[in-house]
Amino acid sequence: MKFAQIIWANLVRKKVRLLLTIGSFAVALFLFVFLGVVRDAFNRGANVAGADRLVVINRTSIINPIPLKYRDQILRIPGVKYVTHNNWFGGIYIEEKNFFPQFVIDPENQRLVFPELTVPDEQWSTFLKDRTGAIAGARLAERFNWKVGDRIPIKTTLYGSNGVWEFNLDGIYHGNRPQSDETQFWLQWDYFEEKVPASFKGQIGWYILRVDNPDDAPRIAKSIDDLFANSPNETKTETESAFAAGWVKQFGNIQKLIVSIGVVVFFTLLLVTGNTMAISVRERTSELAVFKAIGYSDRSILFFVLAEALTIAIIGGMLGMALALLAVPALGKILTGLLPTIVLAPSVLVFGLAVALLTGVLSGILPGFGAMRLRVVNALRRV
Amino acid sequence: MVKVDGSGGQSSLIQVRDLDKTYRRGGEEIHVLQGLNLDVSPGEFVAFMGPSGSGKTTLLNLLGGLDVPTRGSITVAGDEITHMSSSKLTEWRARHVGFIFQMYNLIPVLTAFQNVELPLLLTKLSKAERRSHVETALSIVGLADRMNHFPRQLSGGQEQRVTIARAIVSDPTFLLCDEPTGDLDRKSAGEVMALLEELVAHHHKTVLMVTHDPLVAARAQSTLHLDKGVLVEASKLSQSVPVGGVA
Amino acid sequence: MVGKLVFFFIITVAAIAVLLLILVVVLGILAGLLAPFLGSVPISYNFRSIRARWTSTIVAVLGIAGTVGVFVAMLSLARGFKATLVASGSPDNALVMRAGSSSEMMGGITLESIKVLQDAPGIARDASGTPILTQDVVGVIPVPLISTGTDANVQVRGVSPNVLEVRKFVKIVQGRMFRAGLNELVVGKNASKTYRGLTVGNNIDFAGGHWQVVGVFDAGGSAFDSEVWCDSQIFNEVLQRPANIFQSATVHLTSASAFQQFKDAVIADPRMNVDVWREIDYYAKQSTAMTRLITVLGGLVAVIMAVGAIFGALNTMYSAVAERGREIATMRALGFPTSNVILSFLFEALLISFLGGILGCLVVLPLNGITTSTMNMQTFSNVAFAFKITFDLLVMGVLFALVMGVLGGLLPAVRAAIQPVSVALREL
Repeated sequence: MKFAQIIWANLVRKKVRLLLTIGSFAVALFLFVFLGVVRDAFNRGANVAGADRLVVINRTSIINPIPLKYRDQILRIPGVKYVTHNNWFGGIYIEEKNFFPQFVIDPENQRLVFPELTVPDEQWSTFLKDRTGAIAGARLAERFNWKVGDRIPIKTTLYGSNGVWEFNLDGIYHGNRPQSDETQFWLQWDYFEEKVPASFKGQIGWYILRVDNPDDAPRIAKSIDDLFANSPNETKTETESAFAAGWVKQFGNIQKLIVSIGVVVFFTLLLVTGNTMAISVRERTSELAVFKAIGYSDRSILFFVLAEALTIAIIGGMLGMALALLAVPALGKILTGLLPTIVLAPSVLVFGLAVALLTGVLSGILPGFGAMRLRVVNALRRV
Repeated sequence: MVKVDGSGGQSSLIQVRDLDKTYRRGGEEIHVLQGLNLDVSPGEFVAFMGPSGSGKTTLLNLLGGLDVPTRGSITVAGDEITHMSSSKLTEWRARHVGFIFQMYNLIPVLTAFQNVELPLLLTKLSKAERRSHVETALSIVGLADRMNHFPRQLSGGQEQRVTIARAIVSDPTFLLCDEPTGDLDRKSAGEVMALLEELVAHHHKTVLMVTHDPLVAARAQSTLHLDKGVLVEASKLSQSVPVGGVA
Repeated sequence: MVGKLVFFFIITVAAIAVLLLILVVVLGILAGLLAPFLGSVPISYNFRSIRARWTSTIVAVLGIAGTVGVFVAMLSLARGFKATLVASGSPDNALVMRAGSSSEMMGGITLESIKVLQDAPGIARDASGTPILTQDVVGVIPVPLISTGTDANVQVRGVSPNVLEVRKFVKIVQGRMFRAGLNELVVGKNASKTYRGLTVGNNIDFAGGHWQVVGVFDAGGSAFDSEVWCDSQIFNEVLQRPANIFQSATVHLTSASAFQQFKDAVIADPRMNVDVWREIDYYAKQSTAMTRLITVLGGLVAVIMAVGAIFGALNTMYSAVAERGREIATMRALGFPTSNVILSFLFEALLISFLGGILGCLVVLPLNGITTSTMNMQTFSNVAFAFKITFDLLVMGVLFALVMGVLGGLLPAVRAAIQPVSVALREL
């Protein structure tokens, strides 16, 4: 467009200042994206939770087990489609800092309840036939460079035995969404049940079930808990998303912290760029007066100022986000094992862009209005 | 034909009647212009002179639609501009007035070409058409070879000539100059005045110029003095009673 | 080979550049602070020009204050976290667990083993000769958070009734200690502030039992402050665990140096198969993941903010000083030496950034002591920790502000000052 040259010429008037303002935007947006990614990571569980899945845990304490024999009773409740169970294995792979979640699974029903976690059919059938077999998530395998056929030793003291359990890696699972958790390690219930001492047998950590109709979930949850009320092992059933959300809330204040930092950064950026725009407009009073004298409308002056501010915001914002895009994989590597997989969701980028644009507009508005209302006769008073 | 007694006929390009401009300063009212009349025919080159504070610039601002009078009327090429809204005045200025100020005329970050092009960006002309107008204007002022120079690369006189090019590029009804040579040395001033003379003589432009320099004023066809709020012909200056004004 | 040389060359150049930068900044701060004494430009000029341009000044001050504030807040959060988790326990206590257990919850230790422990060398004894030892059972129990109303897992620790003699850094600050054999609880001061219903006199149900809160204890800001304590034998009963099996035992040693003697004797004993840790080492280990997470995240945020702050400050200061190019030229035309002019502007930049730094510190000071909590993934329990703002952090904040001031003010001032006066005056 024909005014682009004028707008650009004004922007590059003071190159150092332009670079600094673009730099401020870039850093602020980089931080926004970083914060957004971390916030998403904390929220991860809640985002991928299935709407049609329920989780049943021991009401007394999440670490207390529930009897396996509850399973049949749960299956008989109308509306329940499939039931599977998990145990937390909690072993150590070589060193403690190599932490990853290990679950004892019920292979027959695992895929029915978690259809989004897929394993190639032939790997799965090998696994089914192999008591000491294991399946690892794709990211987990990548982290330690595992390949199908490797032998994985896991140390545990939890179940009485003080030793190392060895597993054959029979397959790798993939989640069908970028946010799916691909860091789990699965082993067979039969083998586990066989190896643990008598006092641990017949007990599982928690049930996960799939229901026919998500709207039925509250009724089914209540039925299950009523069923086992007043027994030695009372249950607490909630939807998977409620469960995950509750889990996330325990990190709760971290979210508030992230949001507060984001807000402070936003306002500081606004302040700094607004001031820079104001100064740059003040410097040009006489020039703006000349524009008006030769016939440019007041509104067009406002337009010029806003266009400048927006251009800086967009360039700086995109630069910051591009840098963040590059940095996210590195960030993921640093935080492996500490947080679930770091993924840059498009929504974060969209939000970042919106913030950049908003800041651009806001920083240009006051100086722009000032420039718009400038009276030529005052500005061109003879020196 | 230039008249200051309000007796000009329909042939006037610019017609001013009973112009009053009053300012408020610190509770006091200052009557800068009082019942001023003016008629200018097309193709005239008029100089306005007067002591500092007499209101020359005020008059110029009013004629150029940069300010509105307290009372009175200004008609240019048949358009009465005194009651136009601010946005209409802006449009009117773009079409009818070419401004040449004493300084700060050119935008330092734009080349000579881009500066001259500025008024044309407000029109619907195509890029090629604009280019042709700009090149013409710059040739008239003799600076076609400096099209791509920035103002800081030009001398003071050259800057003013580029300003003149900008002022004529959209072919306005008249040019308004406020001390166009005030900041220049003798030689550059001479160049600028020669250019203005040529615009009037060969291109039939109408030029109204404010100046404090009698030598500069002498280059115009007629000189009017601003005295006690009205315009007076030079020959009548020694008289203390102005014609057509308030005593 | 060439690649290596190039690499070293770049590193050397970068190192020199950084050193020079540090030198310039330090000199700049010193010079700026001493400007009133070194230079001829009176500081009243600086004060007056700050007042004349008060909007720009306020912007600069606020921009720096915001950055310093976040900077200090993040660092104090990390400090508070480390202080809580890393400094839990006492160096003259030893924790004993089944060999190979990675945490107490995975551990198991029988009453027989405990009896053996009581005779080990190095263990302290009370006035009546009884060895000072506590046998612990740890569990996580869901209790609603005050902040969100949803459940979070609080760590409940069953202990021996004489636990206060083992963990001498713990003091009852409200109410009293629980009585042996009863369903009574004492709660850590942070737990009491974080969870609903954990106040003295209140009754609370969990694990199928009915409990009464009888006291609040202060564990010196350690992780124990987020815990709830009760009688371990009662807890075992309620959790339906085997009666005489605990998860760990913590003994009080005669002195910190008795640790090695105690450990050697216990490890060598064939009657039990255990690991022995210094209490503080054990708890430090339990928090490695969270500490690393907070440190890494906090560190990254702090670094990014610092870079952003410097950009922002540079921007503000650069614009402010550039706006006054004419004044600088005028002062030089009037006869003030260039160096004095630069000093004067440095002083002003430092003054503004100092104000910003102080303001930033003042604004975050109220956060000190405010607790926030998060989940320790290694123990599944919620841990509360407090912002810990120490004097040295505040000093660091202000110094940071001064550095930003110098970096922002020096360059443009020098640039304007070295231009020939006539050019500077004419440009305007």
